[in-house]
Amino acid sequence: MLAYIVRRLLYAIPILIGVNLLTFALFFVVNTPDDMARMQLGVKRVTPEAIQKWKAERGYDKPLLWNSQAPGAGALTDTIFFDKSARMFVGDFGRAEDGRDIALEIKGRMLPSLAVQLPNFILGLFVTIIFALTLAFFRATAFDFWGVVLCVVMMSISSLFYIIGGQYLVSKVWRLVPISGFGEGLDAWRFLVLPVVVGVISGIGSSTRLYRTIFLEEVGKDYIRTARAKGLPETVVFLRHLLRNALIPILTGVVVVIPSLFMGALITESFFGIPGLGSYTIDAIKAQDFAVVRSMVFIGAVLYIIGLILTDISYSIADPRIRLK
Amino acid sequence: MNSPLLRVTDLRLGFAAGRQTLLAVDGISFEVGAGETFALLGESGCGKSATAQGIMRLLPAAGRIVGGSVELAGRELLSLPEADMRSVRGARMAMIFQEPATSLNPVLTVGQQIGEVLARHRHLTGEPARQRMLELLRQVGIADPDRRLTEYPFQLSGGMKQRVMIAIALAGEPDLLIADEPTTALDVTVQAQILDLLVRLQTERGMGMLLITHDLGVVARVAHRVGVMYAGELVEVAPREAFFTNPRHPYTRALFAALPEVSRRGGALTTIPGQVPSLDHMPAGCRFADRCRYVTPLSRDHSPPWRMLSDGHKVRCFYEGGMAEEAPHGETVLPPLAADTAPILDVRDLKVHFPIRRGILQRTVGHVKAVDGVSLSLSPGRTLALVGESGCGKTTVGKAILQLIQPTGGQVKLNGSELVGMPAGRLQGMRRHLQMVFQDPFASLNPRLRVGEIIAEGMAALGVVAGGRERAAAVAILLEQVGLPAEAVGRYPHEFSGGQRQRIAIARALAVQPEVLVCDEPTSALDVSVQAQILNLLKSLQESLGVAYLFITHNFAVVEYLAHEVAVMYLGRIVERGSADEVLRSPKHPYTRALLSAVPQPRLEGQGPVIKLGGETPSPANPPAGCHFHPRCPNVMEVCRSVWPASTQHGATQTVACHLYK
Repeated sequence: MLAYIVRRLLYAIPILIGVNLLTFALFFVVNTPDDMARMQLGVKRVTPEAIQKWKAERGYDKPLLWNSQAPGAGALTDTIFFDKSARMFVGDFGRAEDGRDIALEIKGRMLPSLAVQLPNFILGLFVTIIFALTLAFFRATAFDFWGVVLCVVMMSISSLFYIIGGQYLVSKVWRLVPISGFGEGLDAWRFLVLPVVVGVISGIGSSTRLYRTIFLEEVGKDYIRTARAKGLPETVVFLRHLLRNALIPILTGVVVVIPSLFMGALITESFFGIPGLGSYTIDAIKAQDFAVVRSMVFIGAVLYIIGLILTDISYSIADPRIRLK
Repeated sequence: MNSPLLRVTDLRLGFAAGRQTLLAVDGISFEVGAGETFALLGESGCGKSATAQGIMRLLPAAGRIVGGSVELAGRELLSLPEADMRSVRGARMAMIFQEPATSLNPVLTVGQQIGEVLARHRHLTGEPARQRMLELLRQVGIADPDRRLTEYPFQLSGGMKQRVMIAIALAGEPDLLIADEPTTALDVTVQAQILDLLVRLQTERGMGMLLITHDLGVVARVAHRVGVMYAGELVEVAPREAFFTNPRHPYTRALFAALPEVSRRGGALTTIPGQVPSLDHMPAGCRFADRCRYVTPLSRDHSPPWRMLSDGHKVRCFYEGGMAEEAPHGETVLPPLAADTAPILDVRDLKVHFPIRRGILQRTVGHVKAVDGVSLSLSPGRTLALVGESGCGKTTVGKAILQLIQPTGGQVKLNGSELVGMPAGRLQGMRRHLQMVFQDPFASLNPRLRVGEIIAEGMAALGVVAGGRERAAAVAILLEQVGLPAEAVGRYPHEFSGGQRQRIAIARALAVQPEVLVCDEPTSALDVSVQAQILNLLKSLQESLGVAYLFITHNFAVVEYLAHEVAVMYLGRIVERGSADEVLRSPKHPYTRALLSAVPQPRLEGQGPVIKLGGETPSPANPPAGCHFHPRCPNVMEVCRSVWPASTQHGATQTVACHLYK
């Protein structure tokens, strides 16, 4: 198990270098350092000297990937890529264009993101599994049929509609909680209720349908017949025999997103004005702030790799047949 | 007999198909007494498994109980509320299933799975339950029960899983045990152990047992009475003696006549023409009428009533005259192998090793020696049977000969050309001479291609027959050769039955006119009567085309009927080989002897004592030192534990790798 985790972490290194190179290449295919300087300085009244000065101050006057003038190892290290991207491997994210420390910013914004995402995730999983299990229990009845119809209707509606509809109904008409914003400490709960509820509801349709299919596939298996032949009540057959086996495929899609919960949700945070990492990323993309974008992509990749490793570990816990080597 | 334990009266079961319900079981009645084994015998689709599930009220979702009555010890089960039925299931009657591998819950331990029956029906939990579980595991012959309780099903071998299933069934102390093909998925030596166990437990406990099976050999070994099912009806019920000495229904007799046996060598097997009628097209009269050689206008229009023959022996057939005996098959002596024929296929010291990788760097730490030095030779127009139990490597040998798996070492010479290491381009040309027929005709034919395309594909790829029109003509000839109608060309595989699909697979293999055909268990997925058709076909094709067969199988009856030579494999090596006569009449290796004794014979006499082998085949990743067979061998000596025995010659053709023979 330990050997397995070590090996997977070693595999992660080339993946992360690749992710970095790719983000770097994509960004600089669209933008040159000159474009970045014009954007930051304002498009009007910009002189070539001002651009050169801006680039020199921030280290964007170097070659992108290969410095043929620098001696020895400097050919690789004295470049924009090494300065800006490779240093993230030691946790140095540098500064955003407005001069703020990115690492500090991320630390501060993680908690609000998590405050929305974690309850959303746990509550959503709980509600959809119970709903799907109930549909599978009453399979091939009218309840099952209309349940599936409801799921299809719910998954056909855009998540933006749930957000706007929720804000209109709950905040504007009923005036129960504020439309958007965020508070300090425990006071934050008033701002969290609506995004969490909206998040759970918008996810019910597709997840329920997926889990129901997984449950129905397990219902037809031989070991379920054995459990019934033992004279066990149907509830025991479902909760003790079926659920544990069905959890194995469900884990695939679920565990991998857990670390990414820190990253926040792009749209939800923008709409509800939550100062988390999701809105931070959106703002950085709008402002063409390469330093922030590359940091967020890098962290996203790291968290995703951790998610995949966690998925494998959770398999080995849920399924005794799987031993990680 | 006092009131029977189980009385099934006029039971009718159906499956919902759209708006209508198709009857899969149409009015069957039988009884099972306490301490009695009643076998329900029939081919696939006859309704025998549906009957078992109907009695337990465990039919699949589309299943419906249409009518009739099931009484257990005088209590009607079909009208019981579901909650009461649950306290009958697992307690008064229990069931074991065909596939022990899938019938146990993979994520619960053995202890949890037995324990929940004890908690539900015996109200035992904690330490008393544990003691009871250990006792049960010991009763079903599981060594080291303490450790097994905490293990998961995947850690157990196939036979062990079936023992655990039996322990689960016994935990509720049932009066009636329903065993649905309990040994069909197991090897013969393990089958012998499980059948013995069932008989012993039944005698000790005085349980009634309803045994569902398709295997006349199993019936002969364990049943007291037999009921034969055909197309949803019982057609004959007889005590064991009467059943084997004097079977009366034409269908029963046809089943016996279809069995491949040594006495039928050289002749064709009797087959049953046609197919079982489908559920929505049941004939009005006797359901067997269309396939029966004694059919009369009366039996076409009227379903025959039961007719008592003797005490407990009854049959549903109008035909009363003495059964006209089928002409006895003269034992044709197979032509002896001409000494000067050069073998067409010559395999020397073939090895297939799969690496086992471990650790951070995935270094190879060992090898699974699936095939470890196998030598064979096959002459033109002859049949060599490669026999062994599951996991012995016989299928890997077949694939390695065809270079579908890259051999690790050794030589495979076809007509003098070395196939191992041959460049891919030239190897493709050699495939003309060497083809394969696979085990499962349902999985090995591409469902999206028409039969004509399937057969013609190989001809086009290897350039055997050029031109579309010529190919179409060749396909038509092939279809006729394998006994399929010409209009099959435009149809898809799913429109055919299992036997017909295997015919398609054979036609596909023959299309490129190979000299050697590797047949990997070509009949093991088929019913006995269909198997007879395929065996006849293979035999007549060999006579007319002169194809040589490498026949990979675990079925000794098929070997006896078809093979000229036999090689017996155990854990990747051949332990005994020779002409079929010598090996089967006077087996020398203790493993061959045990295998042969474990095969249940479908007759009253000749049930010799079974040579019991302990345990099951070990893993080829870590084979025992010395002779691989020594841990299970009844004749084990000191030298066997350290030295692999050299082969010795016996008689004209027989060679044996065993220290008993020097």
